[in-house]
Amino acid sequence: MPTTAPTAHALSDVTASDSTLRRFLHGLPGVDAVGLEARAASLGTRSIKTTAKAYAIDLAISMVDLTTLEGADTPGKVRALGAKAAHPDPTDRTAPTTAAVCVYPDMVAVAKEAVAGSGVKVASVATAFPAGRAALDVKLADVRDAVAAGADEIDMVIDRGAFLAGKYLKVYDEIVAVKQACGDRARLKVIFETGELSTYDNIRRASWLGMLAGADFIKTSTGKVAVNATPANTLLMLEAVRDFRAQTGVQVGVKPAGGIRTSKDAVKFLVLVNETAGADWLDNHWFRFGASSLLNDLLMQRQKLATGRYSGPDYVTVD
Amino acid sequence: MASVFEYAPAPESRSVVDIAPSYGLFIDGEFAEAADGKVFKTVSPSTEEVLSEVAQAGEADVDRAVKAARKAFEKWSALPGSERAKFLFRIARIIQERSRELAVLETLDNGKPIKETRDADLPLVAAHFFYYAGWADKLDHAGFGANPRPLGVAGQVIPWNFPLLMLAWKIAPALATGNTVVLKPAETTPLSALFFADICRQAGLPKGVVNILPGYGDAGAALVAHPDVNKVAFTGSTAVGKEIARTVAGTRKKLTLELGGKGANIVFDDAPIDQAVEGIVTGIFFNQGQVCCAGSRLLVQESIQDELLDSLKRRLSTLRLGDPLDKNTDIGAINSAEQLARITALAERGEAEGAERWSPACELPGSGYWFAPTLFTNVTQAHTIARDEIFGPVLSVLTFRTPDEAVAKANNTQYGLSAGIWTEKGSRILAVANKLRAGVVWSNTFNKFDPTSPFGGYKESGFGREGGRHGLEAYLDV
Repeated sequence: MPTTAPTAHALSDVTASDSTLRRFLHGLPGVDAVGLEARAASLGTRSIKTTAKAYAIDLAISMVDLTTLEGADTPGKVRALGAKAAHPDPTDRTAPTTAAVCVYPDMVAVAKEAVAGSGVKVASVATAFPAGRAALDVKLADVRDAVAAGADEIDMVIDRGAFLAGKYLKVYDEIVAVKQACGDRARLKVIFETGELSTYDNIRRASWLGMLAGADFIKTSTGKVAVNATPANTLLMLEAVRDFRAQTGVQVGVKPAGGIRTSKDAVKFLVLVNETAGADWLDNHWFRFGASSLLNDLLMQRQKLATGRYSGPDYVTVD
Repeated sequence: MASVFEYAPAPESRSVVDIAPSYGLFIDGEFAEAADGKVFKTVSPSTEEVLSEVAQAGEADVDRAVKAARKAFEKWSALPGSERAKFLFRIARIIQERSRELAVLETLDNGKPIKETRDADLPLVAAHFFYYAGWADKLDHAGFGANPRPLGVAGQVIPWNFPLLMLAWKIAPALATGNTVVLKPAETTPLSALFFADICRQAGLPKGVVNILPGYGDAGAALVAHPDVNKVAFTGSTAVGKEIARTVAGTRKKLTLELGGKGANIVFDDAPIDQAVEGIVTGIFFNQGQVCCAGSRLLVQESIQDELLDSLKRRLSTLRLGDPLDKNTDIGAINSAEQLARITALAERGEAEGAERWSPACELPGSGYWFAPTLFTNVTQAHTIARDEIFGPVLSVLTFRTPDEAVAKANNTQYGLSAGIWTEKGSRILAVANKLRAGVVWSNTFNKFDPTSPFGGYKESGFGREGGRHGLEAYLDV
């Protein structure tokens, strides 16, 4: 499996100053919104059936970051989530494990214990999730805390205020600092909150900014705002990682998060991956779903394929 | 391109369409044999399977159909516009109800992917009937003076690339304005027109208002030459168009021609590259490039040539060629052996003249008529493939350095049907579009159609407009 290099040397000079970075980001090819959405919609009409569907459902399950991000989270809740990640379908042990469980930093240790030995990773949303409105020191402390507790992955939110104000270098520096705090122990997912960035041009710029700063993953959103992952913004980010690899040789993962609830939707996203970035990304090292309610629908569809009959919500667990 | 994610076949069911072993001509509301008893076979281009045997119209049949249309004209043209609208709305709704059946039929008979017949052709066919149904009672307000009169009997000859859509483009405005119709579909794709005849009966359309005569060029020639035809509308090749213009010259017949094209798709260095790539693909590989307004000449600014071509080649490698009835097929079959031979010959000519040929790794099915998506680079204005309409999935790539050069090259063609401009700069879109001698100029998109938008050509691409308010003029005495 290829690994991610820490920085993109080929483009290191564009981050020399705020103005070089701005020129670079604004020199990226524009995005035509109508065309982008039309392409995403047309890929959504691919008809995925039988063996391809079975493959896609198992692949999607293996890509889920099973998440609980509530103020009311308890160790019991996190343990239940860990158990489900390790054995998503208690009636069928052939179901793949999910990619990770995703929790707040204070729950990392509990989660780590809950998934021990299963191969499931523990991801944590650090950096003052979900608003990201805290001093850099606070954010870094948040990250170090989670990494020290054993987090394999850190999901950081960018400072959208700084991005929208055009302070690209500030955003860049923060990502670099968080990446350093992750060290070799944790992979870094950078969350843009695409709904707040508002334009597709901004999403492409943020994608490149994140990748230049050393993100291992770029992620659409926190799941806490009105507009989260859409086929169009995910397609756009897939184009960005594809182009970034072509230019630097560095592969970056993509994680759409929020709003993906059905197997049908998940399969459409996999089609986007397959036909945009390519098969190299069809793996949970490079593509994830930040979607918890999706898992049960995937499991019900999986049971349907296995038995020929639809079960119901009582045949999957509610954790 | 091989992938770990192989899509299983997803064929659309053929059982939704019931193709009879034989069909007659549709004259005066009845199906009838040809006067001389001639028939021909129509085959499915993707399998070469014979779909049905169809009566072949001759001169005597043309005469019968024109007489029927003439007779029907008196009553039809005397109907209030709102009454004609009712029939057109009814036809539009029946088309929508039967759209799946018609989409499968069209794919079987034409070879184009079900994705296109289902998502592009049929919705547009229904939309054209709805649109012109809306005009039928508003002709006084269409800008042609009070109470504009219909012309009489319209003789219409349509091509095989969009059989049902071209029928809609011709028949909907003709009926809305009070004309009656004798239409000859192409010899390789007569079936959807015959199903349309059935829809006319289902809609209760008065006898003789629409007559359908499947047949070859001789039937088309007889129709065009018939002394009692008042209006000739033709979509097809420039060569035949010229022939028709000669026939009609000196008569009182009105004529519109929609002929060939060699559309320029101009990509500037500030274009939205990913969407431009999609637009290039849509421009030349939609319907296997068998589109008169195809963007068959890609004009790319030299500074982004390499980047764009890399993206384009990568994208072409994801196109899926094969069974047109499979819902995942992007590229279907070429319509006929004859057309395949023409495409093959022109592509070989391109190679012989020194252009560089490229196709993605692509397995072609064993039977049927197939041609892999093909790119030619190092093409100049002097190459045959930059001048002649290929009417197939073959893209010629040329470069330019300045907007003026792009415009000069785009206009340097005997055709003038369509063009595309890709740039993020709005002022450049307007400036360049104004200088392009083409009937349709798309910006940051390609091959978008709408019944409200007039369509037609400059120079050897023909004259007259179809669609929109402008499309009414061709069927009115104004």
